[in-house]
Amino acid sequence: MENNQPSLLKRFMPLIIFAALVVLLAIGLTLNPRLVPSPFIGKPAPEFELPLLLSDGSFSNKDLIGHVTLLNVWASWCFACRQEHETVKSLSRKGIRVIGLNYKDEAADAKNWLVRLGNPYQAIAADIDGRIAIDWGVYGAPETFLIDKNGIIRHKVIGPLSDQKNYDALMSVMNSLEK
Amino acid sequence: MHKLISTLILLAALCCSLSVAAAPIETFKFDSPDTEKVFHKLSEELRCLVCQNQNIAESNADLAKDLRLEIYTMLSQGKTEDEIVDFMVERYGDYVLYRPPFEPMTWLLWFGPLIIFIIGLIFVIRFMKSQSVNVQAGSLSEDELERIKDLHSEQENK
Repeated sequence: MENNQPSLLKRFMPLIIFAALVVLLAIGLTLNPRLVPSPFIGKPAPEFELPLLLSDGSFSNKDLIGHVTLLNVWASWCFACRQEHETVKSLSRKGIRVIGLNYKDEAADAKNWLVRLGNPYQAIAADIDGRIAIDWGVYGAPETFLIDKNGIIRHKVIGPLSDQKNYDALMSVMNSLEK
Repeated sequence: MHKLISTLILLAALCCSLSVAAAPIETFKFDSPDTEKVFHKLSEELRCLVCQNQNIAESNADLAKDLRLEIYTMLSQGKTEDEIVDFMVERYGDYVLYRPPFEPMTWLLWFGPLIIFIIGLIFVIRFMKSQSVNVQAGSLSEDELERIKDLHSEQENK
């Protein structure tokens, strides 16, 4: 009888190892490899100055100070940007300040897109060659940065805001910020 | 016939692998062969974030193209290799590095394979030991030896 104990463990060892592997793979394979943690969280927004898309003048990182802002990186060629557009509009309607960063786009295409789908942005900075986006660590549109009123980046959403998980995560950080 | 078919398949596979290996080419002019070497080293060690399983040198993605240009521009401004790596890590995190830095966060990454190897080694050694114990004649009990004798004599009596 005493001999039975270790042999029982031995007999179930393959099953235990298998179960552990299943758990490991279940976690590992359901993580989204596209979600790269941004090194910018908690840091001030990178310095930049870009021309506005729809009017003369420019937008710089200094214009981020004083308001809680969503900086939405989008382009007319970006399919997921169209997907999230209604969500961006609804955020804007709620009185949240949404600034667009038009990423590697043609000005004419971008303007057309806004006319057709509506313009939720208080201002749109045009990053034609994508150089400023590199400074922001952008690697694909849409991406959205939440910046607090001191100009510190608090959160980054990679992918469309219309995704419930993305939206909830953004909202929980936004609600914790001082208006 | 079979031989011919398998040769053809092999050749076709070879052609495919060759075309895959061809990297996007831009023409950058370098001041010196050393700078060119650094450029190639960097673009091979930095990960393209759009396609993730390719480095910046191999990737055709727009962002990779931009980053190659960025590396080139920084090199022609006289920036060092470390400065360029820092520039990338500042923006995209350690994730861009195909060779992650050695720090507490990544100890498991660096030592993991070694740890798994040692665990495997322990298992193998223990397994081999238990096998060798089984074949030792001395490990049979008196009763078992008795039974062997009985079996032998049974055989002889038949």
